[in-house]
Amino acid sequence: MLTEKLLSIFRKDGDPFSNNAQLASLRAAVPTRSVTPAGPGRKPGRKDALTRQSRGLEQFFFNIRDVVGLSVLDCAGASQDNIDFLINLGHKVYAQDLVQNLDEAFGPDPEAQTNPSRIDYFLKQNFAYPPETLDGVLLWDSLQFMSPALLNATVDRLAEVMRPKAYLLAFFTATERVRDVPSNSFRIADNKTIVLTERGIRPAGQVFNNRNLEKLFGKFESVKFFLTRENLREVIVRR
Amino acid sequence: MSSTPYRTPEPDSRSAATVGKSVRIVGQIFTKEDLYVDGDVEGTIESMENKVTIGPNGRVQASIRAREVIILGQVQGNVETSDKVDIRKDAKLVGDITTSRISIEDGALFKGSIDIKKPEPKVTTPPPQPIVSRSAPTPVPEPYSATTPGAGLSTAAINR
Repeated sequence: MLTEKLLSIFRKDGDPFSNNAQLASLRAAVPTRSVTPAGPGRKPGRKDALTRQSRGLEQFFFNIRDVVGLSVLDCAGASQDNIDFLINLGHKVYAQDLVQNLDEAFGPDPEAQTNPSRIDYFLKQNFAYPPETLDGVLLWDSLQFMSPALLNATVDRLAEVMRPKAYLLAFFTATERVRDVPSNSFRIADNKTIVLTERGIRPAGQVFNNRNLEKLFGKFESVKFFLTRENLREVIVRR
Repeated sequence: MSSTPYRTPEPDSRSAATVGKSVRIVGQIFTKEDLYVDGDVEGTIESMENKVTIGPNGRVQASIRAREVIILGQVQGNVETSDKVDIRKDAKLVGDITTSRISIEDGALFKGSIDIKKPEPKVTTPPPQPIVSRSAPTPVPEPYSATTPGAGLSTAAINR
């Protein structure tokens, strides 16, 4: 019931998952854990990669389908898979590792994320784009590690640098208490499949429920949620 | 996530100019041979027909224009290549890339934009035609007439 309710929370037309058959396929989607073969860049001790379907990602690419030459920001860092996928769709790619940049800007102390001058510095370092530059933003799970002050400032800045009708994809933990949650790296396998590799545990910045998220993205036109089996909210937001 | 084994390319003194570890250059570098930078460079690097490699100790604050760029160290600046950009593990690039192909290994740090330009198709020149001497034109055999044996055959045909 909760899943159905969450799936129905959206305000945009043209949803590709609105019929029962597609809803059933969504429920049937079972994540598969696969071992990524050791490669030259594979760090020792990294956990196995988890391959799963992402309705949020599918929705993201559905929304920007049939258009080329878009500017897409990928906050997963330098990922060959993601860059190849986006380039093959004909888009210009902006890339950065937002979680790593959080560490560089604020260090391990969560209190530092409330310092206005540091927040300002962080925004200038990471979102110094001209207004209305980006047609799509893949934030993955980076926003959930921000304190409320930093999070609100970042979302406000995103609203400025995204074009009207542009989309962003973000993942938030659906746990009801603030606690440490896994941080993952995200690789795009195809338009609806992602490969997650855990890269540590981090404290979540706050509790993220539907109401909080709708309030957070209040400046945006629409917010749509997908709840995954991993207790994660995949959020598609339209500017 | 390149599957090629990680190797540090060694500078080849016979074919590449080298900026060594202890060298610091402020200014513009133009070269018509491959360039290996393992020191500090601030300014611009241009080697349009060749390969530029930033070694693991290289620290470059410069825009780079080359046929191919391989980065193992740190670069802050825009990179433009006509062929390929290769960012290896533990390399760091902050800047915008314009290239035809790009390879980024896991563990590399990149912040900037990637603009892929399709390589311009090469203009193929037609193969050279055989030179025909005006003084001795190649005879064209004429149709053989059965009614007049020998008549209508060119010299070449008869000599054959």
